[in-house]
Amino acid sequence: MNIPTDLKYTESHEWVRREEDGSLTVGITEYAQDALGDIVFVELPQVGKAFTAGDDAAVVESVKAASDIYAPVSGTVTAVNQPVADAPDSINQDAYGAWLFKLAPSDAAAYDKLLDADAYGKTTDH
Amino acid sequence: MTLKATPLNSAHRALGAKMVDFGGWDMPVNYGSQIEEHNAVRSDAGMFDVSHMCVVEVKGANARGFLRALLANNVDKLQVPGKALYSCMLNPEGGVIDDLIVYFLAEDWFRIVVNAGTADKDVAWMEQQNVATDSGLTITQRRDGNEPIALIAVQGPNARAKVWQVLPTTQLATENLKPFNVAIVGDTAFGEAMVARTGYTGEDGFEIGVPATQAEALWNALLAAGVKPAGLGARDTLRLEAGMNLYGQDMDDAVNPLDAGLAWTIDLVSERDFIGKAALQAKGQGAQFVGLILREKGGILRAHQKVVAASGLEGEITSGTFSPSMQQAIALARVPMDVAVGDTVHVVIRDKQLAASVVKLPFVRNGKVLAA
Repeated sequence: MNIPTDLKYTESHEWVRREEDGSLTVGITEYAQDALGDIVFVELPQVGKAFTAGDDAAVVESVKAASDIYAPVSGTVTAVNQPVADAPDSINQDAYGAWLFKLAPSDAAAYDKLLDADAYGKTTDH
Repeated sequence: MTLKATPLNSAHRALGAKMVDFGGWDMPVNYGSQIEEHNAVRSDAGMFDVSHMCVVEVKGANARGFLRALLANNVDKLQVPGKALYSCMLNPEGGVIDDLIVYFLAEDWFRIVVNAGTADKDVAWMEQQNVATDSGLTITQRRDGNEPIALIAVQGPNARAKVWQVLPTTQLATENLKPFNVAIVGDTAFGEAMVARTGYTGEDGFEIGVPATQAEALWNALLAAGVKPAGLGARDTLRLEAGMNLYGQDMDDAVNPLDAGLAWTIDLVSERDFIGKAALQAKGQGAQFVGLILREKGGILRAHQKVVAASGLEGEITSGTFSPSMQQAIALARVPMDVAVGDTVHVVIRDKQLAASVVKLPFVRNGKVLAA
């Protein structure tokens, strides 16, 4: 399964990309969308909402299960991807393109502590 | 714990199926997209491996009398060989041991198909009653060891035509079969075939039983004829749209079938006595079983979510999903008696109470959306 090396990851299957301006873009991995099956509902956070790392930030529901998406680091929501909320199956089609929300992290160094592609890959090996 | 496998296990894996533990069975949940599989059944033809379900033979001179007392629905409705009946089998408290289909083949031979997870319980119960009533019957399950029968359900508007392509010698016997009737045809390329015009999807089609040794060959022949493999994920969205109950979820040993929308399968009117009749007559109906369509964005309807009626009384969703045919979240729910079709109720999803409409079942039948 595809695990891009230019992204960071969490054990709960979020991917995170640091943009040039320091903001973080967050989505769910290919592994996660495959495990969920056909995704039919996405609930995104409000822009401006502040999260602590590990808080429930969004919800992705497939036909068979509801999955909480967690804030990978502490920060404030600066943007959400409304087109993905309107077309939930785009996550199945392109998990790394269908980002969910962007965060302004409260601590820039927190990103570096996330899992790299290798480490995340090991967590998904069964 | 090793999972149990049907005769089609390698066939599923060869197709790249996503396999899951389904009540102790290693079963395909989808072959890529359960929504695509669902749509294939509604528009064309799809097939399900249902060999985890169990054929049970009930043989003997007293078979009819035995089943009249055992089953909640009345087998006396079955007078012409080949006719079938959907029924519950109740315990003395009126709870549901299983739901099943009974096929009348001959006065001394009825064939019953029961659910996978309940088969052992069902056969043990039937044998117990056989002894208790001194009926002298031979009750044989045809899944584990005893000349097993594998079951493949082919469903959809083009299902029967595709089955006849693959099993041409069955066409004569089954072309004019009405729904809820079965024919057993001896001379097919896949051994003796039981072909029943029954199903669990709300579409037309045949459920086919062949010797387990022939199952993979039949499956591959149906594949070659263009029938799309469909997994348990699609099976659930199809049956829910069709308003069909799932044992273990919509009802179980502790549930009164009158509260599970099954009153139509229970004959409380005639003088025939059956196990559970007295208990049901004493209890009566205590809850309604309805369809719900979610009307506000905020999630998907799922089993165990709380339903709040306008009166404030509460019910519960027993089965919920996202309907591919309707593109809406739908559910089956047990609700208070004061709730009526057309009412708006609220479903508790996470921290919200979301509005849902109460509708009559089924939601969808023969490819058409009936509830809106």
